[in-house]
Amino acid sequence: MAAAVELTCLERWLGLRGGRKYGAQGERQVPVLQTNNGLSLTGLTTIAAYLVKQANKEYLLGNTAEEKAIVQQWLEYRVTRIDGPCGKEEVRILLKDLNSYLEDKVYLTGYNFTLADVLLYYGLHRFIVDLTVQEKEKYLNVSRWFCHIQHYPGIRQHLSDVIFVKNRLYTNAH
Amino acid sequence: MRLFVSEGAPGSLPVLAAAGRAQGKAELLISTVGPEECVVPFLTRPKVPVLQLDNGNYLFSTTAICRYFFLLSGWEQDDLTNQWLEWEATELQPAVSAALYCLVVQGKKGEDVLGSVRRALTHIDHSLSRRSCPFLTGETESLADIVLWGALYPLLQDAAYLPEELGALHSWFQTLNSQEPCQQAVETVLKQHGILALRPYLQKQPQLSSPEGKLVSNDPEEEELATLSEEDIAMAVSAWEKGLGSLPTLRPQQNPVLPVAGERNVLITSALPYVNNVPHLGNIIGCVLSADVFARYSRLRQWNTLYLCGTDEYGTATETKAMEEGLTPQEICDKYYAIHASIYRWFNISFDTFGRTTTPQQTKITQDIFQRLYERGFVLQDTVEQLRCERCARFLADRFVEGVCPFCGYEEARGDQCDKCGKLINATELKKPQCKVCRSCPVVRSSRHLFLDLPKLEERLERWLEKTVPGSDWTPNARFIIRSWLRDGLKPRCITRDLKWGTPVPLEGFEDKVFYVWFDATIGYLSITANYTDQWEKWWKNPEQVDLYQFMAKDNVPFHGLVFPCTALGAEDNYTLVSHLIATEYLNYEDGKFSKSRGVGVFGDMAQDTGIPADIWRFYLLYIRPEGQDSAFSWTDLLLKNNSELLNNLGNFINRAGMFVSKFFGGCVPEMVLTSDDQRLLTHVTLELQHYHQLLEKARIRDALRSILTISRHGNQYIQVNEPWKRIKGNEADRQRAGTVTGMAVNIAALLSVMLQPYMPTVSATIQAQLQLSLPACSVLPTNFLCTLPAGHQIGTVSPLFQKLENDQIESLRQHFGGGQVKVSPKPAVEEAVTTAGSQQIQMLMDEVTKQGNIVRELKAQKADKNQIAAEVAKLLDLKKQLALAEGKPLEAPKGKKKK
Repeated sequence: MAAAVELTCLERWLGLRGGRKYGAQGERQVPVLQTNNGLSLTGLTTIAAYLVKQANKEYLLGNTAEEKAIVQQWLEYRVTRIDGPCGKEEVRILLKDLNSYLEDKVYLTGYNFTLADVLLYYGLHRFIVDLTVQEKEKYLNVSRWFCHIQHYPGIRQHLSDVIFVKNRLYTNAH
Repeated sequence: MRLFVSEGAPGSLPVLAAAGRAQGKAELLISTVGPEECVVPFLTRPKVPVLQLDNGNYLFSTTAICRYFFLLSGWEQDDLTNQWLEWEATELQPAVSAALYCLVVQGKKGEDVLGSVRRALTHIDHSLSRRSCPFLTGETESLADIVLWGALYPLLQDAAYLPEELGALHSWFQTLNSQEPCQQAVETVLKQHGILALRPYLQKQPQLSSPEGKLVSNDPEEEELATLSEEDIAMAVSAWEKGLGSLPTLRPQQNPVLPVAGERNVLITSALPYVNNVPHLGNIIGCVLSADVFARYSRLRQWNTLYLCGTDEYGTATETKAMEEGLTPQEICDKYYAIHASIYRWFNISFDTFGRTTTPQQTKITQDIFQRLYERGFVLQDTVEQLRCERCARFLADRFVEGVCPFCGYEEARGDQCDKCGKLINATELKKPQCKVCRSCPVVRSSRHLFLDLPKLEERLERWLEKTVPGSDWTPNARFIIRSWLRDGLKPRCITRDLKWGTPVPLEGFEDKVFYVWFDATIGYLSITANYTDQWEKWWKNPEQVDLYQFMAKDNVPFHGLVFPCTALGAEDNYTLVSHLIATEYLNYEDGKFSKSRGVGVFGDMAQDTGIPADIWRFYLLYIRPEGQDSAFSWTDLLLKNNSELLNNLGNFINRAGMFVSKFFGGCVPEMVLTSDDQRLLTHVTLELQHYHQLLEKARIRDALRSILTISRHGNQYIQVNEPWKRIKGNEADRQRAGTVTGMAVNIAALLSVMLQPYMPTVSATIQAQLQLSLPACSVLPTNFLCTLPAGHQIGTVSPLFQKLENDQIESLRQHFGGGQVKVSPKPAVEEAVTTAGSQQIQMLMDEVTKQGNIVRELKAQKADKNQIAAEVAKLLDLKKQLALAEGKPLEAPKGKKKK
């Protein structure tokens, strides 16, 4: 999903009035936003954090110092790893790591839903739709988290609903 | 909270510089770890620096750690900082990494280094000067400054990489450099070695290489052609033109092979396979096959090479096996030694000698080493509690005891390890122990044993490791395993056993004991060499002249990287110690493990019966060699790789090249007039060949195989684009072009045959015979691509090299060897219930139900006594239940409130 579309989705979910126009810069088509005060902001996560503040929903950036740092860490992960070079092997490692990270967590920060969950959901969607039933089961924690986020009111929008089977089919694999 | 940093890891710079901000806000411990330490449990790849928070969570992003320190000091996040940090992560980091890789690892200078990073530097300079602020986000130094400074410092500390014209950047950088926290961070991370301190770290970061330092990729479609410089092309062309004449003279074959002063002497061992079983494919790829590829490569480089291996024959497992098969241990060893030898012969393993450990030389050398250790005070005595079977009148070694696992309750846990939970067990801790031979219950008795005093040798070991490991080709897993053993501290290890089948202990009071196999198995390499030549000490007591490569699976690393070196260092006899320890990960079978007892997987002796040639097995096993991570053998993948890579790519190319020479030019290599396109191809092939050399010199065997397939893909494309089969029918110029293309192609085929030799020796020899390649060209692999089949060379008869594997053939092999696919279908449990009740009985019950139903209805209609109705209803329900059971139907839920 192009960055501009993703940011528009985010605006809508945050309940912001639309009308913002996003430019794109360089080979990677990094999004640029001209803000009202004449400044321009560059970068997906930078703009996303700005929008969250515009909507007065700062809690989505984390409540404590620790949570704030964790949110930003996963936003960085989104733009460097998930949007980075993604061969088969890279995707496998990415999902494997995320799966073991999420083993004891409901959301990326632990117990609180944040912007990191939204942007990772948008970023991972293209990989998750292509997973086989067996792979979804292999990355059980990622599947649980993803399924949870996609049913969070207003998040999914135009993206396809990814189906997860509830019964385990490959119990022997574990 | 605890901060993990690493010397030589660039990310440690900003983190340490920012750490001061957290002072007084939280307690911060700093630990220094190796750059490859896996600190974060959920990340596959090593990552430093890392901050472990008090709640156990981890921050593994350098920027996030710095941000956290700033947040603790009361700093508030802002858009401008976010923007700088996002830019740093996505734009600056990749550029700086590429530049550092170029500078530190590849040793390039000047514009080669600066090129990739110049745009980013200019961007910072412009931002600083446009806003006319001294710092990135305002009047005071803040988070963005520290993070960017940390990223840039390694490069910009050398004034050559800080362009003069970028004045604003210059003064910003100098201001930060003069700050106390920054200076301290530099001191800690770079240790006054300057940028070279980063070298070990950068070398292990393949993803950081610049676009032209290419990566080995698994997917052919991702291959990108490197950009070629004029110099590359000129060098490749001039090497090509020198041709056969530039090959070195062949080394005469020696027997026995002995080290030669002034030459590169390579001693190669592969872990000694244990004699009590037939090796499976995982064993074969882990040691003998990997070492074989390296040995063959080493000989192709004309290095003076000795490759040895043998069976490890002493120990409990042999005694157990002997008992199982009703033979003596010696008979078992003789039987299995022959099986091993014949399997390796079939796989074409090029041992110079394949020996065994049950020889007089083994006793002599082991006892000598022991005596030296004993005299020097490195052997301790202690009493050990052990299980003894009174009926068999002997102490029971770990594998002779079975019982209930004290951890998980598994019934058949062995005396040393539980197969179910995998935990290591002390035999005396087993619940309900049983002697495996007579099934009686053993008693605990004490027995005197000898111990190797490893703690006393630890310091020598560390000194040796420090000297040996950095800059060597030890695989990362081997380094990691050794480091973790050292971190936990070495403990004395028992080196004797109450057994008969082993090397006798030459000490009074220990006559009825033998050495524990792990103590003398590694000495087997020495004794096997001693049986090969009486001048064995020229190899094994000659560390200055001999380069020792040891190949094994990772479970063997502690014995080769730690226990044997300690033994040898303690014996003080100038032993040759391992220079390069090459350890593989594990190979799985389909979706699980190889298991002899369950008959799952392919074992060495069965591979021959599949009808698939040894070279195909070699190719596939090497293609999936568990290099860097576990991998799995899969029948479907074997079929796929054979049909796509061997048949359609490599085989197709070599066959076409040869066929064109035979068909269009009467078997005589035509004149070649190289155009610039041909020169470019020549250069690409040369670069790929050099890449192959770089990889194999580091024993990256699987990766180097990809280079062969890449060259052959280049070749196929070249033929496809130039269409010699059409041009041969054209005018004079076209025919000349067809000749050049054919000549180039067949020369590439000749090169491939030599590159392929370590991997597929039989196929390689077949190609060389078809092409009539001269002996020197077959025996040496130079670093450049030479014209080894000059115009006028007559080739032999060309025929196809590979056969297609068919689906049904592979499917039947999979069934035969037991794969993840075959499963027992669940029993139809429901039907059984139905057949228990006869139809007569069902009819009877149905009548009863109808009758009783009528009674109930009547009573209700008469408004009879409630209790009476209830009693009849209960009867009715009971009858219905019986009926349902007889019919095998699920019971109907009682009406009314439903619970779910």
